[in-house]
Amino acid sequence: MKILVCITHVPDTTTRITFTDNNTKFNGAGVQFIIGPYDDYALARAVELKETSGGTVTVINIGGPDTEPTIRKALAIGADDAIRINAEPTDGWFVAQQIAEIAKQNNYDLILMGRESIDYNGGQVHGMVAEILGMPSVSPVMQLEINGTTAKVAREIEGGKEYLELSLPFVAGCQEPIAEWKIPNMRGIMSARTKPLQVMEPFTHEQMTSLVNYELPAAKSGCKMIAADSPELLVSALKTEAKVI
Amino acid sequence: MAVLVFIEIAEGEIKKSSLEAVSYAKSVADAMGTSVTALALGTISNSELENAAKHGATKVLHAADAVYNNQVINAYTTALVEAAKAEGSTVIVLEKSSIVDAIAPRIAARLNASLASNVTELPNLSNGFEVECSIFTGKAFAVNKLTAPIKVLAIKKNAHAAIDHGTAATITAFNPSLSAADSAVKHISTEKATGDILLTEADIVVSGGRGLKASENWHLIENLAKTLGAATGCSKPVSDMHWRPHHEHVGQTGIKVSPSLYIAVGISGAIQHIAGISSSKVIVAINSDPEAPIFKAADYGIVGDAFQILPKLTAAFEAAK
Repeated sequence: MKILVCITHVPDTTTRITFTDNNTKFNGAGVQFIIGPYDDYALARAVELKETSGGTVTVINIGGPDTEPTIRKALAIGADDAIRINAEPTDGWFVAQQIAEIAKQNNYDLILMGRESIDYNGGQVHGMVAEILGMPSVSPVMQLEINGTTAKVAREIEGGKEYLELSLPFVAGCQEPIAEWKIPNMRGIMSARTKPLQVMEPFTHEQMTSLVNYELPAAKSGCKMIAADSPELLVSALKTEAKVI
Repeated sequence: MAVLVFIEIAEGEIKKSSLEAVSYAKSVADAMGTSVTALALGTISNSELENAAKHGATKVLHAADAVYNNQVINAYTTALVEAAKAEGSTVIVLEKSSIVDAIAPRIAARLNASLASNVTELPNLSNGFEVECSIFTGKAFAVNKLTAPIKVLAIKKNAHAAIDHGTAATITAFNPSLSAADSAVKHISTEKATGDILLTEADIVVSGGRGLKASENWHLIENLAKTLGAATGCSKPVSDMHWRPHHEHVGQTGIKVSPSLYIAVGISGAIQHIAGISSSKVIVAINSDPEAPIFKAADYGIVGDAFQILPKLTAAFEAAK
């Protein structure tokens, strides 16, 4: 089975977000970048599937040269090879077109990625890639079992999940608990250095949105403290002051 | 030209979030000098549809085929695309949910449209079509210009109030022509917690963290939630330890909530948790540690022992009813 895993290169979840250039650029100074947490689940499941039923795992990232350590980490976790499309990921449509083009050239049985990236939270790319390729898409996927050319999937819905069945190939946006995150071991890290990482230029530059600027939320005016022995004061504040009950 | 809005049905009723979406669509339509057409998929009564219409729609398209009673991603996509074409819609409004997350990108791609996710405000039409989107899981916003002729807006909960305009609508049967591809994904079964108030829909959320010490103590959270008509949530460590099910995990990699009132009990307030709750209107923190970061995100705080405070607080809310 040939699996393509799409990974994002995003700030660690503990990052304090700031912007530069008149609020038009993310400030990456001093920021620790990671594989998108949801993408990391997708990657872990792909590697498990390869381990149990054979095949290959290719990772793809759309980003500049600075994303290569993140890609190497994915190779250390167990992917066989990688493709980097050398461009800033400007919007979901732009990214989806690059991935779809690579998919057209390579006929993957399965295309996995996170349900959304944790920087833009768009959750757009899985559906767009599937639509371009004329494939089914399922998201957010919590369980994924493959038997021959048939997949059984659990998809999260409000307050529970639904079980679905479909044929390969398809696109899935993944989330926990599809697999446990894998931590690269020393052998993986050593072998990742020599695994193939192909760099390609974007196939198209078309995008459907453009950034005007970023904004940070207004700071909270401060927390009003209420004595532990008079919770009724909280109730009246919520009623008369905040007017939320 | 009508603004098309998607009405989501859960167990025969219109979701509250969809009423917000209809009112949002009405505000957009007013600004554009057009009207709102709503699309409902699956089994639902006409009186429920009239309720949706009241919130701002003058036309309701209803595809009643039972195939839509499950969240069929492909069929929903086709139905919305066909409705958009039939109405000549250049703006399509959907409110974020599990099914909307799955269909919005497909709809946008099929219509060559611009897609904005997590929209928090009405669009600014003074200079093209600009929308504000929540990014970095609520830690920031991006103002995006939507440059394609058709715009798909996936709005966040609370982006707009549900307003009863008293509008009446014509309800028209609608039969999208589905293809074989639309049934490529077979629905086997659904597993759902019944009777609970949905976290993503709830107006009030009460969440517990490690400070509750064990799953046996959750009745304290549940009693308070019951008194308030609230949904219950939890922090990531709590769901990781299986004290509570995964679908209650609130935070950056769990459910993002935006209720009017969020009450965090025994949750220290890791940045990932704050990210998932930051679009709540009012946040209350109850924690034994006065230095806990949750107080920096909160509007009201109580420092003290949750085991003593919760019963008293529940009684105080009960008394104030």
